[in-house]
Parts: sequence; structure tokens; C-alpha cells
Amino acid sequence: MADTQRPLSPHMGIYKWQVQMVTSILHRATGIALSVGTLLVLWGVFSLAHGEDSYNQFRTCVGSPIGLVLLFGWSWALFYHLCNGIRHLLQDGGMGYAIPQFVRSSWLSIIVSIVLTVVVWAYVLTSGGAA
Amino acid sequence: MSTNNHSAHDVRSELRNPLKRARGLGSAQSGVGHWWTQRVTAAALVFLAIWFVLTVLGALHADYATARSIVAKPWNALLLVAFVLAVCWHAVLGLQVVIEDYVHTRWKEVVLLVLVKFIAVLGTLATLMAVLRVALGA
Repeated sequence: MADTQRPLSPHMGIYKWQVQMVTSILHRATGIALSVGTLLVLWGVFSLAHGEDSYNQFRTCVGSPIGLVLLFGWSWALFYHLCNGIRHLLQDGGMGYAIPQFVRSSWLSIIVSIVLTVVVWAYVLTSGGAA
Repeated sequence: MSTNNHSAHDVRSELRNPLKRARGLGSAQSGVGHWWTQRVTAAALVFLAIWFVLTVLGALHADYATARSIVAKPWNALLLVAFVLAVCWHAVLGLQVVIEDYVHTRWKEVVLLVLVKFIAVLGTLATLMAVLRVALGA
């Protein structure tokens, strides 16, 4: 991608795997995914303003197998970005910078985001299925 | 800024114009504005995202009329507009950092940065209009 001649930072391969690395990368990846997912929210609101046929079409698309897989992915991305975002806000306030705390909060973000995703989809499935 | 106290190791403060330091805008000319706005929208989105998820879960099996009446409620209309506004703003700032980090060809970088802003502004305005149409029953 670069057409400049300056040195680039080392490739990822030379670093030892650490959970803080994963949370950092995931925060970016889920942020990009959620930016795209916002278009789904916009589509839903537009369809609601446009009329019943558009709204039903939107519901059919979202409720289709591909729609549900995407929705599941986006729901986890939202919960992960939310949990890890709160973690970053606390760190911006100067909290949790000791290495053991850093590792623990990283795992906490990942685990809580998975728990929230499971809870939400369990609710969706027990309340009569999606869409 | 008396010259008596200045030793050789403090040469930086002599080379920098005092006005530049007072303004605190740095080389990007925008200071900590980007960083700060990213955090403020993040704090707003903590609450708005939870509201959004709960509202969507409450509208799971809503038919057209029900879904419309949910969005038309004044509080929901207001929070939905606030949510989309905060999301788009936060996304523009976040995507900007990603683009600046990974796209090293200047013209591609600028085109992407502007494109993201255009899409975000259009999306926000269109959502605002759609929510108003639903809320005002047009």
C-alpha cells in the first residue's frame, strides 16, 4: 500500500501473542464492522418511513439466514466494542494501567461481550424466534 | 521567559514561538479536539447503545404499525436521532484514525477520508428526515 521509501514498523509476526494485542486489534476490527452495520440501522429507519412494503422487505432480509448470521456477528461486535470501549474510557481516566489489571480487563471485555451476546440471542430465541 | 534561566538543554522553548504553545494546537492545527470528541461521543454511546439494543429487543415481532408507533414516540424519536448522530460522528473519527494509519498513499488517504465524511453526513441527514417523517406522521 505504501509508495514511500521510509522504513515501516515491524511486522506483526515478531511479537509474542498477548491478550491485550487481541483486544486492541478487535476494537478496531469491530469498529470498522459496526460502521458498516450502521447502514443496516439506516435501512431500517428508511424502510419505516417509506411504507409497509419496504418495512416487510427489510424484515424479510434481516430475518433470512444470511441476515441472521450478519446480525449475530454485528450484535457481538456491538457488545465487544461497548465493553472494550468502557475499558478504554476508564483507562483514559488513568485507571487499570498495572500489567495484571490490563490483562484481566482485556479478558473481562472479551468474556462479558460473549455473555451479553448469548443472553440477547437466548432472549430472542425464547421469545418466539428472530424477525 | 527570562534569558538568565535558559540553559543549553532548554533550547526547545526558545525555538518554539510562545504563541504556538499558548494556542496548544500542535502540528495538526486541531489540538486535542479529535481525541476529546471521540471520548465524548463514546460516553454518549454507552447509554444510547444500551437504549438502542433494549428498544430493538422490545420491537422484535412488531408489525409495521407497531414499529412505526414505537419510533414515533417523542423520546424514542429523539434518542434515535441522537444515537445515529453520535454513531456517525464516532465512526467518522474512528475510521479517520484507521485510514490515516494504514493508507500511506496521500491521494487515496484524502479521497477515503472525504468519502467517509460524505457518507456519514448524508446518512445522518437522511435518517433525521426519515425519523421526522415517521414521528410527524407525514
